[in-house]
Amino acid sequence: MSERLDVKKTYKLIINGAFPRSESGRSYPVATAGGDFLANVAQGSRKDVRDAVVAARAAQAKWWGASAYLRGQVLYRWAEMAESRRSELADHVGLAEGLKKKDAQLSVARAIDRIVWYAGWTDKVTQVLGGANPVAGPFFNFSLPVPSGVIGVVAHQESSLEGFVESVAAPICVGNAVVALASEHRPSPAVILTEMTATSDFPGGVLNVVTGVTAELAGHLVAHEDVDGVDLTGAGESSDDLARRAAGSIKRVYRPRPHDEENPLRRLRTFVETSTVWHTIGQ
Amino acid sequence: MAPLRTIEARDRGVLVPARISVPTFADGGELRRFVYALGGVDAVGVQGRVATLGTRSLKRATKTAAIDLAISMVDLTTLEGADTPGRVSSLCAKAMRPDPRDPSVPSAAAVCVYPDLVAHARHVLGDSSVAVASVATAFPSGRASLDVKLLDVRDALAAGADEIDMVIDRGAFLAGRWSQVFDEIAAVKATCGAVHLKVILETGELVTYDNVKRASWLAMLAGADFIKTSTGKVGVNATLPVALVMLEAARDFAEQTGRLVGVKVAGGVRTTKDALKYLVVVNETTGATWMTSQYFRFGASSLLNDLLMQRLTQRTGAYVRPDEFSGD
Repeated sequence: MSERLDVKKTYKLIINGAFPRSESGRSYPVATAGGDFLANVAQGSRKDVRDAVVAARAAQAKWWGASAYLRGQVLYRWAEMAESRRSELADHVGLAEGLKKKDAQLSVARAIDRIVWYAGWTDKVTQVLGGANPVAGPFFNFSLPVPSGVIGVVAHQESSLEGFVESVAAPICVGNAVVALASEHRPSPAVILTEMTATSDFPGGVLNVVTGVTAELAGHLVAHEDVDGVDLTGAGESSDDLARRAAGSIKRVYRPRPHDEENPLRRLRTFVETSTVWHTIGQ
Repeated sequence: MAPLRTIEARDRGVLVPARISVPTFADGGELRRFVYALGGVDAVGVQGRVATLGTRSLKRATKTAAIDLAISMVDLTTLEGADTPGRVSSLCAKAMRPDPRDPSVPSAAAVCVYPDLVAHARHVLGDSSVAVASVATAFPSGRASLDVKLLDVRDALAAGADEIDMVIDRGAFLAGRWSQVFDEIAAVKATCGAVHLKVILETGELVTYDNVKRASWLAMLAGADFIKTSTGKVGVNATLPVALVMLEAARDFAEQTGRLVGVKVAGGVRTTKDALKYLVVVNETTGATWMTSQYFRFGASSLLNDLLMQRLTQRTGAYVRPDEFSGD
């Protein structure tokens, strides 16, 4: 009997709930932290980014239209899916980031717990970030947080899974749709995790992931006028330039600051707008 | 042998007789024999050809020029039961100045409306270069008597239409009554006089490429100034292979008779990418003479906004918000 050939996985883009190869037809190899070949990954182009934004825009209304409870359930189910594939995620996080097995497992556990944490926030954001305002008249006046819309994420370059979760789960939790550029050299954990959205009852297009060369894609993502906010966590030295380009169409911009961990709601706050509603006081 | 003229130097070998002579037919049998003698269409060949042409890459300068050309070829269309004078007014304004902030954007070729809104469109457009096209002849089904159809046409003409978009009687064509189809088109053309007549074949209902080719020839022989793919009201609208068949028919007709007939694709062309594919097919089939709004048109409504978005993207380098441009 002949020896069985391994079935090698090519990591593809995730756009609109589908798994296309890049429009450009390109792919690139990514290596482990030790420099060995890990996998071939689709190398997205600016047109893939454009398609992803179209998909996100279409999905956002449906996602925000779902009740806060349902959004929480869906996010929690995403965590359930990730839980049953912990070992695969840990393998990839370990290889990509060069972590010991135990540390990789801990990192995956923290990432999953973070999804659960954000799942809990879906129906609490309104109470915490919104409120009833005192007004001089027989009216109620409410401030309600509503999602900004489509959020572009340049995900953390080193923290392949935890950083990714932090950047995408926060805007999704408050009702945005996301187009994320995964870590350029460590994309596989983010792709594996996002594949699980297909079995978590997310409407297609709520989370789109494009892999590829960050420097090539980020400019097109942040300058896209149909993107309402950007998270520049993984932008590195180009962060200033990208923030300027984002300002061209007046976007919300999130950039990491020191001691962010003490203010875990900053991302949630960044990607909501405040809608003010007046209502007469009844009898 | 009559002398030949090459209609434009860049044309791809389309040689057209200097004198126009369109064949006439003594009876339906003669017409049928003539059309059958044209032969069929190689369906696989047509699909392969458009698949190849569709992959052609256009460099930036070409793309920029092609987007402007496509804008100038748009018949901005609204054919809804819910059309109002207000909606037609805004459509006309959009046709005249597609992007109000940028006067370098060319006007659309025409607005296309139902006959009862022609007078209003005419009034709003005034003396601008944008023409008023009106559908007529019991659009979209074409199921009415010839008298009713001609009355419909006269109505639109009296209201000031510059172009008439008529539908052929697909039932008669499919039942084999070709001379009836021919006579109807000829009667409508006689009513139109100098006014441009576009003949809608409704290719989605003609089933085969052979039928598309035959219907194209029937329409051109009967006096059509344009042959048009679809009404936009049935499931299958304009497709690239059908456009290729019609363009080849127009090219062959020009070579044989000396008369140039335009082609209009309608329905289903929504993106700049699609529009550019059509332009490639036009240029490669009939040559540069057809690359003007005089001989090629897009019947569309949402296409114009996508062209404007891509035009802006080409200039600014950033992708544009869809709501940057007005809906109608």
